Amino acid sequence: MTRDEILAALRRHLNAIVPGEGDELALDDDIRDELDLDSMDFLKLVQGLHEDLGVDIPETDYGKLDTLEAFVGYLSR
Amino acid sequence: MVEAAAGEQLFTMPSLGADMEAGRLVAWKVGVGDAVKRGDIVAEVETEKGLIEVEVFADGVVRELLVEPGAKVPVGTALARIGGAAESGAAAGGEAETDGAGAGGAARVDVAYAPAAAPGSAPGEAIGEPVESVGETAYGAAPGKTKLDGAPSTPAARREAREKQLDVGGVRGSGSHGRVGLEDVRGAEGDAGGARVASAAATGARGEGSAAEAGRVRATPVARRRAEERGVDLGAVEGSGRDGVILLADVEKAPVGVTGPAKTKAASPAEAMRAAIGAAMARSKREIPHYYLTHTIDLGAAMSWLEARNADRPPTERVVPAALLVKATALALKKVPELNAWWTGSAAPPKAEVNVGVAISLRGGGLVAPAIPGTDQLGLDALMAAMSDVVERARRGALRASEMGSATVTVTSLGDRGVESVIPVIIPPQVAIVGFGTPSERPWVVDGEVVPRTLVTASVAGDHRVTDGHHGARLLARIEKLLQKPEKLDS
Repeated sequence: MTRDEILAALRRHLNAIVPGEGDELALDDDIRDELDLDSMDFLKLVQGLHEDLGVDIPETDYGKLDTLEAFVGYLSR
Repeated sequence: MVEAAAGEQLFTMPSLGADMEAGRLVAWKVGVGDAVKRGDIVAEVETEKGLIEVEVFADGVVRELLVEPGAKVPVGTALARIGGAAESGAAAGGEAETDGAGAGGAARVDVAYAPAAAPGSAPGEAIGEPVESVGETAYGAAPGKTKLDGAPSTPAARREAREKQLDVGGVRGSGSHGRVGLEDVRGAEGDAGGARVASAAATGARGEGSAAEAGRVRATPVARRRAEERGVDLGAVEGSGRDGVILLADVEKAPVGVTGPAKTKAASPAEAMRAAIGAAMARSKREIPHYYLTHTIDLGAAMSWLEARNADRPPTERVVPAALLVKATALALKKVPELNAWWTGSAAPPKAEVNVGVAISLRGGGLVAPAIPGTDQLGLDALMAAMSDVVERARRGALRASEMGSATVTVTSLGDRGVESVIPVIIPPQVAIVGFGTPSERPWVVDGEVVPRTLVTASVAGDHRVTDGHHGARLLARIEKLLQKPEKLDS
Protein backbone atom coordinates (compact mmCIF):
# COMPACT_ATOMS: atom_id res chain seq x y z
CA MET A 1 0.00 0.00 0.00
CA THR A 2 1.55 3.30 -1.06
CA ARG A 3 1.43 6.56 0.82
CA ASP A 4 -0.81 8.02 -1.89
CA GLU A 5 -3.23 5.12 -1.68
CA ILE A 6 -3.50 5.52 2.07
CA LEU A 7 -4.03 9.27 1.84
CA ALA A 8 -6.62 8.87 -0.90
CA ALA A 9 -8.56 6.35 1.19
CA LEU A 10 -8.35 8.55 4.28
CA ARG A 11 -9.60 11.62 2.46
CA ARG A 12 -12.37 9.66 0.76
CA HIS A 13 -13.71 8.34 4.06
CA LEU A 14 -13.31 11.66 5.84
CA ASN A 15 -15.25 13.31 3.00
CA ALA A 16 -18.02 10.78 3.54
CA ILE A 17 -18.20 11.81 7.19
CA VAL A 18 -17.66 15.56 6.76
CA PRO A 19 -18.48 16.38 3.13
CA GLY A 20 -15.70 18.26 1.36
CA GLU A 21 -13.52 18.80 4.39
CA GLY A 22 -11.35 15.71 4.02
CA ASP A 23 -9.71 17.39 1.03
CA GLU A 24 -8.88 20.52 3.00
CA LEU A 25 -7.10 18.74 5.82
CA ALA A 26 -3.32 19.32 6.09
CA LEU A 27 -1.09 16.34 6.82
CA ASP A 28 -0.32 17.47 10.35
CA ASP A 29 -3.76 18.82 11.32
CA ASP A 30 -5.38 17.15 14.30
CA ILE A 31 -8.12 15.22 12.51
CA ARG A 32 -10.58 15.06 15.39
CA ASP A 33 -10.18 18.72 16.27
CA GLU A 34 -10.20 20.07 12.74
CA LEU A 35 -13.19 18.06 11.58
CA ASP A 36 -14.94 17.91 14.96
CA LEU A 37 -15.17 14.13 14.90
CA ASP A 38 -16.74 12.29 17.79
CA SER A 39 -16.05 8.67 18.73
CA MET A 40 -18.83 7.46 16.45
CA ASP A 41 -17.31 9.35 13.49
CA PHE A 42 -13.83 8.05 14.23
CA LEU A 43 -15.16 4.50 14.38
CA LYS A 44 -16.78 5.08 10.97
CA LEU A 45 -13.38 6.11 9.60
CA VAL A 46 -11.76 2.98 11.04
CA GLN A 47 -14.58 0.87 9.61
CA GLY A 48 -14.15 2.46 6.20
CA LEU A 49 -10.40 1.77 6.16
CA HIS A 50 -11.10 -1.79 7.28
CA GLU A 51 -13.46 -2.38 4.36
CA ASP A 52 -11.32 -0.55 1.80
CA LEU A 53 -7.77 -1.49 2.69
CA GLY A 54 -8.37 -4.59 4.78
CA VAL A 55 -6.53 -3.06 7.74
CA ASP A 56 -7.75 -3.73 11.26
CA ILE A 57 -6.82 -0.92 13.63
CA PRO A 58 -7.31 -2.07 17.24
CA GLU A 59 -9.14 0.30 19.54
CA THR A 60 -6.07 0.67 21.76
CA ASP A 61 -4.23 2.35 18.87
CA TYR A 62 -6.92 4.98 18.17
CA GLY A 63 -5.16 7.45 20.45
CA LYS A 64 -1.96 7.45 18.36
CA LEU A 65 -3.83 8.25 15.18
CA ASP A 66 -4.36 11.97 15.42
CA THR A 67 -3.13 13.23 12.02
CA LEU A 68 -3.10 12.04 8.40
CA GLU A 69 0.66 11.68 8.72
CA ALA A 70 0.22 9.46 11.78
CA PHE A 71 -2.21 7.24 9.85
CA VAL A 72 0.25 6.97 6.95
CA GLY A 73 3.10 6.05 9.29
CA TYR A 74 0.96 3.53 11.14
CA LEU A 75 -0.47 1.86 8.04
CA SER A 76 2.82 1.72 6.08
CA ARG A 77 4.55 -0.28 8.80
CA MET B 1 -61.73 21.05 6.23
CA VAL B 2 -60.50 19.42 3.07
CA GLU B 3 -62.24 16.10 2.72
CA ALA B 4 -61.15 13.04 0.85
CA ALA B 5 -63.22 12.13 -2.19
CA ALA B 6 -64.30 8.53 -2.71
CA GLY B 7 -61.32 6.24 -3.16
CA GLU B 8 -58.94 8.86 -1.86
CA GLN B 9 -56.98 9.32 1.29
CA LEU B 10 -55.65 12.56 2.63
CA PHE B 11 -52.01 12.78 3.55
CA THR B 12 -51.89 15.16 6.50
CA MET B 13 -49.33 17.08 8.52
CA PRO B 14 -48.33 14.48 11.10
CA SER B 15 -48.01 15.14 14.80
CA LEU B 16 -44.43 14.44 15.79
CA GLY B 17 -45.03 14.87 19.48
CA ALA B 18 -47.67 15.97 21.91
CA ASP B 19 -46.38 19.51 21.81
CA MET B 20 -46.24 19.93 18.06
CA GLU B 21 -48.84 22.33 16.75
CA ALA B 22 -47.64 23.05 13.26
CA GLY B 23 -44.98 22.17 10.76
CA ARG B 24 -43.54 23.77 7.67
CA LEU B 25 -43.61 21.81 4.44
CA VAL B 26 -40.08 22.16 3.10
CA ALA B 27 -40.21 20.03 -0.02
CA TRP B 28 -42.26 17.46 -1.83
CA LYS B 29 -40.41 14.25 -2.69
CA VAL B 30 -43.18 13.22 -5.07
CA GLY B 31 -45.22 14.91 -7.78
CA VAL B 32 -48.79 14.59 -9.02
CA GLY B 33 -49.23 11.26 -10.79
CA ASP B 34 -46.46 9.48 -8.85
CA ALA B 35 -47.30 6.06 -7.43
CA VAL B 36 -46.47 5.71 -3.74
CA LYS B 37 -46.28 2.75 -1.42
CA ARG B 38 -46.87 2.66 2.29
CA GLY B 39 -43.63 3.72 3.98
CA ASP B 40 -42.34 5.81 1.06
CA ILE B 41 -40.86 9.18 1.95
CA VAL B 42 -43.14 11.73 0.32
CA ALA B 43 -42.29 15.03 1.95
CA GLU B 44 -39.78 16.90 4.04
CA VAL B 45 -41.18 18.83 6.96
CA GLU B 46 -39.46 21.35 9.19
CA THR B 47 -40.64 21.14 12.75
CA GLU B 48 -39.40 22.19 16.13
CA LYS B 49 -37.55 18.89 16.07
CA GLY B 50 -35.68 19.74 12.91
CA LEU B 51 -35.99 18.58 9.34
CA ILE B 52 -37.93 15.33 9.03
CA GLU B 53 -38.77 12.95 6.22
CA VAL B 54 -42.41 11.99 6.36
CA GLU B 55 -43.65 8.60 5.23
CA VAL B 56 -47.01 7.95 3.61
CA PHE B 57 -49.26 5.38 5.24
CA ALA B 58 -51.21 4.10 2.25
CA ASP B 59 -50.53 2.80 -1.24
CA GLY B 60 -51.83 4.85 -4.14
CA VAL B 61 -51.16 7.64 -6.57
CA VAL B 62 -50.55 11.27 -5.70
CA ARG B 63 -53.53 13.09 -7.13
CA GLU B 64 -53.03 16.56 -5.82
CA LEU B 65 -50.56 18.51 -3.69
CA LEU B 66 -52.55 20.85 -1.49
CA VAL B 67 -49.81 22.78 0.22
CA GLU B 68 -46.94 24.71 -1.27
CA PRO B 69 -43.38 24.22 0.02
CA GLY B 70 -42.60 26.94 2.50
CA ALA B 71 -46.05 27.01 4.07
CA LYS B 72 -46.42 26.37 7.79
CA VAL B 73 -49.65 24.54 8.57
CA PRO B 74 -51.27 23.10 11.70
CA VAL B 75 -51.00 19.42 12.54
CA GLY B 76 -53.75 17.50 10.75
CA THR B 77 -53.91 19.84 7.76
CA ALA B 78 -54.39 17.93 4.50
CA LEU B 79 -51.17 18.16 2.50
CA ALA B 80 -52.00 15.93 -0.43
CA ARG B 81 -54.66 13.68 -1.91
CA ILE B 82 -53.63 10.10 -2.44
CA GLY B 83 -55.89 8.16 -4.77
CA GLY B 84 -56.24 4.42 -5.16
CA ALA B 85 -53.72 3.02 -7.62
CA ALA B 86 -56.42 1.98 -10.07
CA GLU B 87 -57.76 5.50 -10.41
CA SER B 88 -54.55 7.16 -11.40
CA GLY B 89 -55.85 8.22 -14.79
CA ALA B 90 -58.67 10.26 -13.35
CA ALA B 91 -56.48 12.39 -11.16
CA ALA B 92 -55.35 15.00 -13.65
CA GLY B 93 -58.14 17.50 -13.04
CA GLY B 94 -57.54 17.59 -9.33
CA GLU B 95 -60.94 19.19 -8.76
CA ALA B 96 -61.57 19.74 -5.12
CA GLU B 97 -64.73 18.58 -3.47
CA THR B 98 -64.56 20.69 -0.42
CA ASP B 99 -66.63 22.65 1.99
CA GLY B 100 -66.19 26.38 2.38
CA ALA B 101 -62.95 26.44 4.32
CA GLY B 102 -61.43 23.72 2.22
CA ALA B 103 -61.87 25.79 -0.89
CA GLY B 104 -59.01 27.85 0.45
CA GLY B 105 -56.84 24.78 0.17
CA ALA B 106 -57.72 24.37 -3.46
CA ALA B 107 -57.07 28.04 -4.11
CA ARG B 108 -53.72 27.67 -2.48
CA VAL B 109 -52.74 24.96 -4.86
CA ASP B 110 -53.53 27.25 -7.75
CA VAL B 111 -51.30 29.89 -6.24
CA ALA B 112 -48.49 27.45 -5.91
CA TYR B 113 -48.75 25.51 -9.08
CA ALA B 114 -50.30 27.84 -11.62
CA PRO B 115 -47.60 30.38 -12.33
CA ALA B 116 -49.52 31.46 -15.41
CA ALA B 117 -51.90 33.52 -13.28
CA ALA B 118 -51.35 37.24 -13.69
CA PRO B 119 -49.01 38.40 -10.94
CA GLY B 120 -51.15 41.34 -9.96
CA SER B 121 -54.44 39.48 -9.66
CA ALA B 122 -55.53 38.01 -6.39
CA PRO B 123 -55.03 34.29 -6.74
CA GLY B 124 -58.37 33.47 -5.17
CA GLU B 125 -60.21 35.32 -7.91
CA ALA B 126 -58.80 33.03 -10.51
CA ILE B 127 -61.12 30.31 -9.38
CA GLY B 128 -63.85 32.52 -8.05
CA GLU B 129 -63.22 32.08 -4.34
CA PRO B 130 -63.35 34.76 -1.69
CA VAL B 131 -59.88 36.23 -1.48
CA GLU B 132 -59.57 35.85 2.24
CA SER B 133 -59.93 32.07 2.12
CA VAL B 134 -56.48 31.87 0.56
CA GLY B 135 -54.95 33.36 3.62
CA GLU B 136 -57.00 31.27 6.00
CA THR B 137 -55.93 27.93 4.73
CA ALA B 138 -52.41 28.62 3.76
CA TYR B 139 -51.30 30.74 6.65
CA GLY B 140 -53.58 29.90 9.54
CA ALA B 141 -56.82 31.69 10.30
CA ALA B 142 -57.37 35.25 9.24
CA PRO B 143 -57.89 37.80 12.00
CA GLY B 144 -61.05 37.25 13.98
CA LYS B 145 -61.34 33.57 13.16
CA THR B 146 -61.17 30.94 15.83
CA LYS B 147 -57.72 29.51 15.34
CA LEU B 148 -54.19 30.53 14.63
CA ASP B 149 -51.77 27.74 13.84
CA GLY B 150 -54.12 25.21 15.34
CA ALA B 151 -53.90 26.38 18.94
CA PRO B 152 -57.26 27.07 20.51
CA SER B 153 -57.29 30.57 21.93
CA THR B 154 -59.71 32.97 23.50
CA PRO B 155 -60.92 36.05 21.62
CA ALA B 156 -59.22 38.35 24.15
CA ALA B 157 -55.95 36.43 23.74
CA ARG B 158 -56.14 36.77 19.97
CA ARG B 159 -56.85 40.47 20.17
CA GLU B 160 -53.93 40.95 22.55
CA ALA B 161 -51.68 38.86 20.33
CA ARG B 162 -52.64 40.90 17.27
CA GLU B 163 -51.88 44.12 19.07
CA LYS B 164 -48.53 42.83 20.28
CA GLN B 165 -47.71 41.30 16.90
CA LEU B 166 -47.34 37.92 18.53
CA ASP B 167 -48.02 34.60 16.91
CA VAL B 168 -50.67 32.89 19.03
CA GLY B 169 -49.50 29.58 17.58
CA GLY B 170 -46.19 30.11 19.33
CA VAL B 171 -47.78 30.70 22.73
CA ARG B 172 -48.30 27.78 25.09
CA GLY B 173 -51.86 27.72 26.36
CA SER B 174 -52.49 27.14 30.05
CA GLY B 175 -56.23 26.59 29.72
CA SER B 176 -58.03 23.31 29.20
CA HIS B 177 -56.89 21.51 26.03
CA GLY B 178 -54.00 23.94 25.80
CA ARG B 179 -56.31 26.87 25.12
CA VAL B 180 -54.35 30.09 24.95
CA GLY B 181 -55.72 32.75 27.26
CA LEU B 182 -55.02 36.45 27.68
CA GLU B 183 -52.52 35.82 30.47
CA ASP B 184 -50.59 33.36 28.30
CA VAL B 185 -50.19 35.97 25.60
CA ARG B 186 -49.12 38.59 28.12
CA GLY B 187 -46.68 36.11 29.65
CA ALA B 188 -45.24 35.27 26.27
CA GLU B 189 -44.87 38.92 25.45
CA GLY B 190 -42.87 39.48 28.59
CA ASP B 191 -40.29 36.80 28.00
CA ALA B 192 -37.28 36.93 25.74
CA GLY B 193 -39.49 36.53 22.72
CA GLY B 194 -40.19 32.81 22.48
CA ALA B 195 -43.42 33.37 20.64
CA ARG B 196 -41.76 35.86 18.36
CA VAL B 197 -39.03 33.35 17.71
CA ALA B 198 -41.68 30.88 16.64
CA SER B 199 -43.21 33.54 14.49
CA ALA B 200 -39.85 34.35 12.98
CA ALA B 201 -39.33 30.71 12.19
CA ALA B 202 -42.71 30.70 10.51
CA THR B 203 -41.91 33.66 8.35
CA GLY B 204 -38.46 32.45 7.43
CA ALA B 205 -35.48 34.63 6.73
CA ARG B 206 -37.42 37.80 7.34
CA GLY B 207 -37.38 37.25 11.10
CA GLU B 208 -35.37 40.30 11.98
CA GLY B 209 -36.87 42.45 9.32
CA SER B 210 -40.38 41.88 10.54
CA ALA B 211 -39.49 42.60 14.11
CA ALA B 212 -38.08 45.92 13.01
CA GLU B 213 -41.04 46.54 10.76
CA ALA B 214 -43.45 45.86 13.58
CA GLY B 215 -42.40 49.09 15.17
CA ARG B 216 -43.45 51.13 12.16
CA VAL B 217 -46.47 49.57 10.53
CA ARG B 218 -49.13 47.61 12.34
CA ALA B 219 -50.39 44.66 10.35
CA THR B 220 -51.50 41.14 11.06
CA PRO B 221 -48.89 38.46 10.37
CA VAL B 222 -50.98 37.04 7.55
CA ALA B 223 -51.33 40.47 5.97
CA ARG B 224 -47.61 41.04 6.32
CA ARG B 225 -46.80 37.79 4.58
CA ARG B 226 -49.26 38.44 1.79
CA ALA B 227 -47.85 41.93 1.36
CA GLU B 228 -44.38 40.54 0.92
CA GLU B 229 -45.64 37.98 -1.58
CA ARG B 230 -47.44 40.57 -3.64
CA GLY B 231 -44.77 43.21 -3.28
CA VAL B 232 -47.11 45.59 -1.51
CA ASP B 233 -45.56 48.38 0.53
CA LEU B 234 -47.33 48.16 3.89
CA GLY B 235 -46.50 51.78 4.64
CA ALA B 236 -48.84 52.84 1.85
CA VAL B 237 -51.74 50.65 2.94
CA GLU B 238 -54.58 51.97 5.04
CA GLY B 239 -55.61 49.53 7.73
CA SER B 240 -59.28 48.80 8.26
CA GLY B 241 -58.81 46.77 11.42
CA ARG B 242 -59.04 47.85 15.01
CA ASP B 243 -56.80 50.87 15.65
CA GLY B 244 -55.84 50.93 12.00
CA VAL B 245 -54.21 47.51 11.97
CA ILE B 246 -53.72 46.34 8.37
CA LEU B 247 -55.72 43.21 7.61
CA LEU B 248 -55.31 40.65 4.85
CA ALA B 249 -58.17 42.17 2.87
CA ASP B 250 -56.47 45.59 2.91
CA VAL B 251 -53.35 44.07 1.40
CA GLU B 252 -55.32 42.27 -1.28
CA LYS B 253 -56.99 45.56 -2.30
CA ALA B 254 -53.77 47.57 -2.31
CA PRO B 255 -51.85 48.34 -5.50
CA VAL B 256 -48.77 46.27 -6.14
CA GLY B 257 -45.57 48.18 -5.51
CA VAL B 258 -42.99 48.97 -8.16
CA THR B 259 -40.84 46.09 -6.97
CA GLY B 260 -43.39 43.60 -8.26
CA PRO B 261 -44.36 40.37 -6.57
CA ALA B 262 -41.65 39.22 -4.22
CA LYS B 263 -40.59 35.60 -4.25
CA THR B 264 -41.35 33.85 -0.99
CA LYS B 265 -38.06 33.79 0.84
CA ALA B 266 -37.18 30.58 2.60
CA ALA B 267 -34.90 30.52 5.59
CA SER B 268 -31.80 28.41 5.15
CA PRO B 269 -32.21 25.05 6.90
CA ALA B 270 -29.63 26.12 9.49
CA GLU B 271 -31.49 29.35 10.23
CA ALA B 272 -34.83 27.61 10.42
CA MET B 273 -33.45 24.98 12.76
CA ARG B 274 -31.79 27.57 14.96
CA ALA B 275 -35.07 29.45 15.27
CA ALA B 276 -36.95 26.21 16.01
CA ILE B 277 -34.45 25.16 18.67
CA GLY B 278 -34.67 28.63 20.15
CA ALA B 279 -38.46 28.39 20.31
CA ALA B 280 -38.45 24.93 21.90
CA MET B 281 -35.77 25.79 24.44
CA ALA B 282 -37.34 29.15 25.29
CA ARG B 283 -40.57 27.31 25.94
CA SER B 284 -38.77 24.76 28.12
CA LYS B 285 -37.04 27.43 30.18
CA ARG B 286 -40.23 29.47 30.41
CA GLU B 287 -42.50 26.66 31.53
CA ILE B 288 -40.48 23.90 33.12
CA PRO B 289 -39.15 24.44 36.63
CA HIS B 290 -35.93 22.48 36.16
CA TYR B 291 -33.93 20.94 38.95
CA TYR B 292 -30.40 19.73 38.27
CA LEU B 293 -28.19 17.05 39.81
CA THR B 294 -24.72 15.87 38.90
CA HIS B 295 -22.79 12.81 39.95
CA THR B 296 -19.30 11.53 39.16
CA ILE B 297 -19.32 7.90 38.10
CA ASP B 298 -16.36 5.51 37.98
CA LEU B 299 -16.26 4.09 34.43
CA GLY B 300 -13.19 1.93 35.07
CA ALA B 301 -15.03 -1.40 35.02
CA ALA B 302 -17.20 -0.41 32.05
CA MET B 303 -14.26 0.80 29.95
CA SER B 304 -12.12 -2.29 30.64
CA TRP B 305 -15.02 -4.57 29.85
CA LEU B 306 -15.80 -2.70 26.62
CA GLU B 307 -12.15 -2.65 25.58
CA ALA B 308 -11.92 -6.41 26.02
CA ARG B 309 -15.20 -6.90 24.18
CA ASN B 310 -14.03 -4.75 21.24
CA ALA B 311 -10.50 -6.17 21.13
CA ASP B 312 -11.32 -9.37 19.28
CA ARG B 313 -13.93 -7.83 17.01
CA PRO B 314 -13.52 -6.20 13.60
CA PRO B 315 -14.19 -2.43 13.50
CA THR B 316 -17.67 -3.00 12.10
CA GLU B 317 -18.73 -4.79 15.29
CA ARG B 318 -17.23 -2.45 17.85
CA VAL B 319 -19.30 -0.52 20.32
CA VAL B 320 -18.56 3.02 21.55
CA PRO B 321 -18.86 3.93 25.26
CA ALA B 322 -21.84 6.20 24.50
CA ALA B 323 -23.91 3.09 23.74
CA LEU B 324 -23.18 1.74 27.23
CA LEU B 325 -24.26 5.03 28.78
CA VAL B 326 -27.49 5.12 26.78
CA LYS B 327 -28.29 1.52 27.68
CA ALA B 328 -27.59 2.09 31.38
CA THR B 329 -29.85 5.13 31.33
CA ALA B 330 -32.67 3.21 29.63
CA LEU B 331 -32.49 0.39 32.16
CA ALA B 332 -32.28 2.80 35.10
CA LEU B 333 -35.44 4.54 33.89
CA LYS B 334 -37.36 1.29 34.26
CA LYS B 335 -36.68 1.66 37.99
CA VAL B 336 -37.55 5.36 38.09
CA PRO B 337 -40.42 5.49 35.59
CA GLU B 338 -41.59 8.91 36.79
CA LEU B 339 -38.76 10.42 34.74
CA ASN B 340 -39.76 8.55 31.58
CA ALA B 341 -42.94 10.46 30.80
CA TRP B 342 -44.64 13.26 28.92
CA TRP B 343 -46.17 16.29 30.56
CA THR B 344 -49.79 16.46 29.42
CA GLY B 345 -50.70 19.82 30.86
CA SER B 346 -51.58 18.76 34.37
CA ALA B 347 -49.72 15.50 35.00
CA ALA B 348 -47.09 13.21 33.48
CA PRO B 349 -48.12 9.57 33.54
CA PRO B 350 -45.06 7.32 33.02
CA LYS B 351 -44.68 5.81 29.54
CA ALA B 352 -44.68 2.04 29.23
CA GLU B 353 -41.87 2.08 26.65
CA VAL B 354 -38.44 3.60 27.12
CA ASN B 355 -37.59 5.38 23.86
CA VAL B 356 -34.38 7.25 24.47
CA GLY B 357 -33.94 10.31 22.27
CA VAL B 358 -30.27 10.62 21.39
CA ALA B 359 -29.09 14.21 21.05
CA ILE B 360 -27.05 14.55 17.86
CA SER B 361 -25.25 17.72 16.89
CA LEU B 362 -25.35 18.48 13.20
CA ARG B 363 -22.44 19.79 11.22
CA GLY B 364 -23.23 23.30 10.16
CA GLY B 365 -25.21 23.85 13.34
CA GLY B 366 -28.30 22.52 14.96
CA LEU B 367 -29.36 19.60 17.04
CA VAL B 368 -31.85 16.76 16.76
CA ALA B 369 -32.82 14.04 19.20
CA PRO B 370 -34.48 11.14 17.36
CA ALA B 371 -35.84 8.26 19.42
CA ILE B 372 -34.46 4.75 19.56
CA PRO B 373 -37.60 2.69 20.14
CA GLY B 374 -37.49 0.24 23.02
CA THR B 375 -33.95 1.23 23.99
CA ASP B 376 -34.03 -0.84 27.17
CA GLN B 377 -34.80 -4.00 25.16
CA LEU B 378 -31.81 -3.75 22.82
CA GLY B 379 -28.54 -5.62 23.22
CA LEU B 380 -25.41 -3.51 22.80
CA ASP B 381 -24.81 -4.55 19.19
CA ALA B 382 -28.38 -3.72 18.19
CA LEU B 383 -28.26 -0.46 20.12
CA MET B 384 -24.93 0.49 18.53
CA ALA B 385 -26.31 -0.25 15.07
CA ALA B 386 -29.42 1.83 15.79
CA MET B 387 -27.37 4.76 17.12
CA SER B 388 -24.93 4.64 14.24
CA ASP B 389 -27.75 4.57 11.70
CA VAL B 390 -29.66 7.41 13.29
CA VAL B 391 -26.54 9.61 13.59
CA GLU B 392 -25.72 9.05 9.95
CA ARG B 393 -29.25 9.88 8.79
CA ALA B 394 -29.58 12.84 11.12
CA ARG B 395 -26.47 14.37 9.59
CA ARG B 396 -27.77 14.08 6.07
CA GLY B 397 -31.26 15.27 7.03
CA ALA B 398 -32.98 11.95 6.51
CA LEU B 399 -34.71 11.22 9.80
CA ARG B 400 -38.19 9.74 9.63
CA ALA B 401 -41.37 11.07 11.10
CA SER B 402 -41.79 7.79 12.98
CA GLU B 403 -38.54 8.48 14.85
CA MET B 404 -39.50 11.97 15.87
CA GLY B 405 -41.78 12.90 18.67
CA SER B 406 -41.68 9.43 20.20
CA ALA B 407 -38.77 10.01 22.57
CA THR B 408 -39.81 9.55 26.18
CA VAL B 409 -36.54 10.96 27.57
CA THR B 410 -33.34 12.36 26.07
CA VAL B 411 -29.69 11.53 26.59
CA THR B 412 -27.08 14.10 25.64
CA SER B 413 -23.49 12.98 25.63
CA LEU B 414 -20.78 15.38 24.64
CA GLY B 415 -18.69 12.73 22.97
CA ASP B 416 -15.20 11.68 23.92
CA ARG B 417 -13.48 14.98 23.29
CA GLY B 418 -15.79 17.46 24.88
CA VAL B 419 -16.28 19.02 28.26
CA GLU B 420 -16.40 17.71 31.80
CA SER B 421 -20.13 18.00 32.40
CA VAL B 422 -23.34 19.22 30.82
CA ILE B 423 -26.33 20.82 32.56
CA PRO B 424 -28.99 20.03 29.99
CA VAL B 425 -32.35 21.61 29.13
CA ILE B 426 -35.44 19.39 29.04
CA ILE B 427 -37.11 18.96 25.64
CA PRO B 428 -40.88 19.39 26.12
CA PRO B 429 -43.10 17.46 26.63
CA GLN B 430 -40.49 15.17 28.18
CA VAL B 431 -39.87 15.61 31.89
CA ALA B 432 -36.20 14.67 32.16
CA ILE B 433 -32.92 14.74 30.27
CA VAL B 434 -29.74 12.91 31.21
CA GLY B 435 -26.33 14.30 30.31
CA PHE B 436 -22.87 12.79 30.21
CA GLY B 437 -19.67 14.79 30.00
CA THR B 438 -16.45 13.48 28.52
CA PRO B 439 -15.19 10.28 30.13
CA SER B 440 -11.64 11.13 31.16
CA GLU B 441 -8.85 9.89 33.38
CA ARG B 442 -8.88 11.69 36.72
CA PRO B 443 -7.64 10.91 40.25
CA TRP B 444 -10.03 8.73 42.23
CA VAL B 445 -9.81 7.03 45.58
CA VAL B 446 -10.08 3.25 45.47
CA ASP B 447 -9.51 1.25 48.68
CA GLY B 448 -7.82 4.17 50.37
CA GLU B 449 -5.42 4.82 47.48
CA VAL B 450 -5.53 7.65 44.97
CA VAL B 451 -5.45 6.04 41.54
CA PRO B 452 -5.98 7.26 37.98
CA ARG B 453 -9.43 6.21 36.85
CA THR B 454 -11.72 6.86 33.88
CA LEU B 455 -14.58 8.93 35.27
CA VAL B 456 -17.66 10.50 33.77
CA THR B 457 -19.81 13.25 35.21
CA ALA B 458 -23.45 12.30 34.74
CA SER B 459 -26.20 14.85 35.19
CA VAL B 460 -29.95 14.96 35.12
CA ALA B 461 -32.40 17.82 34.68
CA GLY B 462 -35.89 17.00 35.93
CA ASP B 463 -39.25 18.74 35.78
CA HIS B 464 -40.22 19.86 39.28
CA ARG B 465 -43.91 19.81 38.34
CA VAL B 466 -43.58 16.04 38.11
CA THR B 467 -40.73 14.85 40.33
CA ASP B 468 -38.29 16.03 42.96
CA GLY B 469 -34.54 15.82 43.20
CA HIS B 470 -34.98 12.55 45.04
CA HIS B 471 -36.12 10.86 41.82
CA GLY B 472 -33.22 12.32 39.89
CA ALA B 473 -30.79 11.13 42.57
CA ARG B 474 -32.22 7.61 42.41
CA LEU B 475 -31.82 7.61 38.65
CA LEU B 476 -28.17 8.68 38.75
CA ALA B 477 -27.39 6.16 41.51
CA ARG B 478 -29.04 3.44 39.45
CA ILE B 479 -27.05 4.38 36.34
CA GLU B 480 -23.86 4.25 38.42
CA LYS B 481 -24.72 0.80 39.75
CA LEU B 482 -25.50 -0.58 36.30
CA LEU B 483 -22.21 0.72 34.90
CA GLN B 484 -20.31 -1.27 37.51
CA LYS B 485 -21.70 -4.49 36.00
CA PRO B 486 -21.33 -3.70 32.30
CA GLU B 487 -21.86 -7.28 31.14
CA LYS B 488 -25.44 -7.01 32.37
CA LEU B 489 -26.05 -4.15 29.95
CA ASP B 490 -25.53 -6.45 26.98
CA SER B 491 -28.89 -8.15 26.85
